[in-house]
Amino acid sequence: MRASLRPSDPAASPAVERVNAELFTLTYGAIVRQLLTDYEEIDEVNKQLDTMGYNIGARLVDDFLAKANITKCTDFRETADVIAKVGFKMFLNVTATVANWSSDNMECSLILDDNPLVDFVELPETCQGLSYCNILCGVLRGALEMVSMRTEVKFVKDMLRGDDAFEIRLKLLEHVPEEYPYKNDE
Amino acid sequence: MIGVGRAKQNLNVVDRPLGKGKSEVSLSAFAFLFSELVQYNQGKVENIAELEHRLEEAGFGVGIRMLELLCHRDKANRRETRVLGILSFVHSTVWKSLFGKVADSLEKGTEHEDEYMISEKELLVNRFVSVPGGMGGFNCGTFVAGIVKGVLDGAGFPARVTAHFVAVEGQARPRTTILIKFAEEVVQRDARLA
Repeated sequence: MRASLRPSDPAASPAVERVNAELFTLTYGAIVRQLLTDYEEIDEVNKQLDTMGYNIGARLVDDFLAKANITKCTDFRETADVIAKVGFKMFLNVTATVANWSSDNMECSLILDDNPLVDFVELPETCQGLSYCNILCGVLRGALEMVSMRTEVKFVKDMLRGDDAFEIRLKLLEHVPEEYPYKNDE
Repeated sequence: MIGVGRAKQNLNVVDRPLGKGKSEVSLSAFAFLFSELVQYNQGKVENIAELEHRLEEAGFGVGIRMLELLCHRDKANRRETRVLGILSFVHSTVWKSLFGKVADSLEKGTEHEDEYMISEKELLVNRFVSVPGGMGGFNCGTFVAGIVKGVLDGAGFPARVTAHFVAVEGQARPRTTILIKFAEEVVQRDARLA
């Protein structure tokens, strides 16, 4: 599954510097462990991971738009494609598959076979309700909100819980009209 | 290769093949994540010492895992028993796999026998960080100090590890020095083994 850097690959442009995935994976693990120590409820940890992801997504989208060689997406289908093929590739060096579209084209799934966040991870008995990669949901939600799309994002399949893949369900709630003057972040 | 994905998922994490450790993610992904780690911890503490302590703890967890991983992968399960051996392991092997390069320098303290320093001109975690004036000597390198401490501790070399900024003449940004002070028993053992 190792992806080589090809010049023709828009997600692997020289502007994207890379670091060792294990440093990233283990750092993420350290964050999850801290949250588990700090909060008593697993649900709280899931929520906190989502919030952290949201903060990241809100900033990451700028980085993405600056570096990725893409034009404005015309519809949600295209948005999902860009996330799966360019976004995941650029940041995590994996690609996702877009599948299971709802009939109104407002909902789809991003399916990941490979997920660098979960290398070396095994969920202990006491953490069965933990959505270990929940940060990704927050990232997607935060990033999309910055481009005027309010979404609901959650994991419906998780290999750590025994499923055969990672499946993130992405649901478009509404396009938020841009308003001027733009609101400041709270 | 039918069913490979499935088999991988069913295998216990310790039965899965150990990757070569060459896969990469974007520096931005790491920088954003690290920034969240710092900000999250900042919200949990009252003072800088506590913040550094929490970052060090997070790094410690990474360090002990890194030691195990590298010992299995690169050293055929061999672990160092001598101070210089473990230090050069940290300075080269650990640094190389975490940051893609050997650390800029490894020196022995001139004033104390039990002190060593690993210096880095531009530590990865400090690259996007500017410490606000009110936060004194806070150094995100504490996270890396924690990693070093984790590796040393795991290998049986308990030590106090701290990160410091050291101004360099003619350069706008200070370099980061990781100061390692070994516990007394480590120094004594090393003298015995000599």
